[in-house]
This record gives sequence, structure tokens and C-alpha cells, in this order.
Amino acid sequence: MTATASETNIYARLEDVGVRYGPKVVMQHLSLDIVEGAITCIIGLSGAGKSTILRLINGLRRPDEGRVLIGDRDISGMAERDLIAIRETIGFSFQFAALFDSLSIFDNVALPLRERTKMPEEKIRGLVEETLESVGLVNVIDRFPAELSGGMVKRAGFARAVISNPHCVLYDEPTTGLDPIITHVLTDLIIRLRQRLNGTAVVVSHDLESIFQMADYVAMLFEGAIIAYGTCEEIKASPNPIVQQFLQGSEVGPIPI
Amino acid sequence: MNVLEDLGRETTGFFSYAGGATMLLADSASFIGKLRIRVGETIEQAYRLGVQSWGIVILTSLCTGMVFALESANQAVAYGVGNLVGGAVAFTMARELGPMLSAVVVAGRSGAAISAELGSMVVTEQIEALQSLGLSPTRMLVVPRLVALVVMLPLLTVFADIVSIAGGAYIASVFAHVSYESFINSARASVPFIDVCKGLLKSVVFGVIIAIIGSYSGLQTRGGAAGVGRATTSAVVIAIILIFIFNFALSYVLFPQ
Repeated sequence: MTATASETNIYARLEDVGVRYGPKVVMQHLSLDIVEGAITCIIGLSGAGKSTILRLINGLRRPDEGRVLIGDRDISGMAERDLIAIRETIGFSFQFAALFDSLSIFDNVALPLRERTKMPEEKIRGLVEETLESVGLVNVIDRFPAELSGGMVKRAGFARAVISNPHCVLYDEPTTGLDPIITHVLTDLIIRLRQRLNGTAVVVSHDLESIFQMADYVAMLFEGAIIAYGTCEEIKASPNPIVQQFLQGSEVGPIPI
Repeated sequence: MNVLEDLGRETTGFFSYAGGATMLLADSASFIGKLRIRVGETIEQAYRLGVQSWGIVILTSLCTGMVFALESANQAVAYGVGNLVGGAVAFTMARELGPMLSAVVVAGRSGAAISAELGSMVVTEQIEALQSLGLSPTRMLVVPRLVALVVMLPLLTVFADIVSIAGGAYIASVFAHVSYESFINSARASVPFIDVCKGLLKSVVFGVIIAIIGSYSGLQTRGGAAGVGRATTSAVVIAIILIFIFNFALSYVLFPQ
């Protein structure tokens, strides 16, 4: 199945992409459109290659076959220095936040502004405080990542990902390992941040409740290809037994355990 | 067949490592050439990699100078050439042992620290986080460590030279009754200033080796905590081997017989 949207406003397009890690084929002939201004969630089994899709979109991983387009620019073979301009427009929230442990929360969030712009320190402070306030972390501004809880670290990662007002934010497992209350807070936050940025979001997650709360589109990845794509309702009503087994979390079905 | 396969893999690995490290050096040199150096971070690294290595470098070179004098002074006095002991110690320390011992000690301490730190950053996705923010890990992490070591290792070598000669003078005086005046005069006559400078030039090259090998091994880390251990070990071993090889080559070129 090719998960291509009928809309003309496509933010990113993966065209017939193949990815291998050594001899292991992770993706084969995968096509997927990321609709601009929408939240697209990618679901699938652990190790299916969901996070690899995020890395393909911001050029951290190059496809072995096929093309990755951001707008109309093919980034598959783009030189690293040209990719910098693309990456500046894409925020990335990592699964374990990947905050720099030698920097305070303030310095972590301020880093992209300090290194990429000539913004005066006073303005940077204002922006960082405003962003940290929007994720509810203004009271831990001078603390270090190791001093924060898992949920706080994730929120700090969100803040760093959105501080430069990117066109698109990629979230890798934003709610994994967190309690239901923090999961709800973070899901809400992703929706609010997308609205604030008026941009695009791609979320990789296993948390179906949170996905159906935030997603405009859902794509299911299985054995290196997209096997289902559509709105939440379309996915829930999918006749594909693999999708149904995954949604129900059942041991019985075509997915090998 | 397995032997051939292993040989092929090892050969490919060697050229891949050598090529990668050379590319990293070229990339770093390009940033330094454009003066895109993070001054604050460089000063911090100069303190951590250089100043904090001061004690161990001084201790190592002091002991070496003293042992060298202890072994040679009595023999020299017995043969009636006690006035040459200072020259022998200073000649050996300034041209060979001072730069090399300092480099080996710093490779063991600071090279390992660089590799372990960058390796940990790889496995916790902090390097990918930098790239995703449109920032170059080479400029952010490698260049400050490279500049810091290129500045600090020659300074440590100056201290090592002075301390080892002073230690040698003390031992020659106590055990072989060679006067300080005779020792110093012999040292000054045997080691022209240009030879000291050439010794320091070696330290600059060794600083480059330690920083680039430490950084490259760290950035190539794969496979969690065990991978960090492997990267750190290989960084120290490769750096020390290269220091010995380059020491021979530089001695051959700088001090023609």
C-alpha cells in the first residue's frame, strides 16, 4: 500500500524508500505523505522502523533506495551542510529527550538560538522562559536534566524542539514509560504546540489512546511497509486483520509473536 | 577462507578508520580556518584536558628525569665524563622523552575522557540531537577539544622538560656529586633553543592525534555501555601507537643525523 494523500499540501514525501541496517532490510518500497498542518501518527510493532521514518524526514538517516522530499526538495543525497538549512525548520523531540547533560535546562533550550542566530542574550532569555512556561517548566530553569523526572525531561525536549518555531516537529515515542496523567498532559501539549506553531507534526508512538486523541492521520508500519493509512476513523474501521490485531492488542492473529 | 574474510574485513576497517579520522581532521581544520571556534568551550576543555593533566605529567616526567640521571650519572662519573650528564638528560628529555611521555600520559587520561564523553553522547542520542538542531558535532565538540590540546600539550611539555631536568640535576648532585652548575652548563650546551622548539612542534602533532583519535573513536561508538568501553580502549591504544610512529618520523625529519 502507498500512503499518499490526495491533498496538494504535502509537507514531506517518502517515495519508494528502502532502508537496510547491514544485511537487515528495515524498509522496502515504503511510500508515505506527511500532510502539511496536520498531526500524522505512525504506529507499528517495536523495531518496525517507525523512528527511522522520523530520521529520514530530517536527514539523520539517508535512504538506501528511493527519495525523501521536503516540499519539492529531495534531501536523500543532499550534502550535510545543505541539510542544516532543512533541519533548522524541523524540530526533533527524541525518545529519551537527548538533552545535553552538561547544560542546564535553560541552556539546553537556548542552545539553538545561541548557536544559530545573533539574537541578543536578553531576547533569548525571554523566548526560552516563554517556551518553558508553555510546557510548564519555568520553575526548573536552572536545574540539570539528571535532576528532573522523566515527564519533565520529555517536556524540556519538546521546548528545545520548538524554540526556533520550526515548520514541523517530529516526536519519537513522546509518552512511552510515563504515567497516564503525564501522558495526557504531553498529548495535550503536542496538540497545543502544533496549534501555536501552525505547523506540521509527526508522532511515533505505541500509545493508541493518545494517538486517537491527537492524530489527524494515522499510518501503520508493518514489515517495512505502510499497510494502512487514513484518518483515525478509517484506521479503526480498517478491514486489515493485522491492523485490527494491533489495535486490539491481541495475541491471536496474523502478526507473529 | 575465514582467514581471507577476516583479513579483508580488517583491511577495510583500517582504511575506513583512517579515512574517517582524516575527514574529521579536515572538517575540523576547515572550521578553525574560518575561525568558527567556540571560545568558552575551548577554555573549558583546555582546563579539563590540559590543566587537570598537569599533576600526572609532572610526576611522570620528574620520575623519568630522576631515573635517567640515576642510571647515567654514576657511570658517567666513573668514566670521567660527569660534566656531560646534564647534557644527556636535557638532550633526551627536550627532544624525545618530554614530548612523548607527556603525550602518552595525556592520551591515557584525556584521550580516554574525550572518547568516553563523546561515546556516551552517541548512545544517549545527544550527537543526533545536535545534528537535528542544525549544529555540527565537529564544530561544537571536536574543534574545542582539538584547539585545547594543541595549545595545552606543548605547555605541559615545557613543564615536563623543566621538571625532568631539575629532577635529574638533583639526583646527579646527590648520588654522583655532579654540581648544579656543571649539570646546567652541560644541558645548555647540548640542547640549542631550536631543538626545544622542535620538541614542542612534536607536541602539537601529538595533541592533534590525541584529540582527533579520541573524538573519532567516540563518535563511532555503537552498542551502549560496552560500545563506549570499546571505543575508549581503542582510542587510547590507537593514539599511543600513532604517537610512537609519528615520534620516530618527526625525529627523523626534524633532527637529521
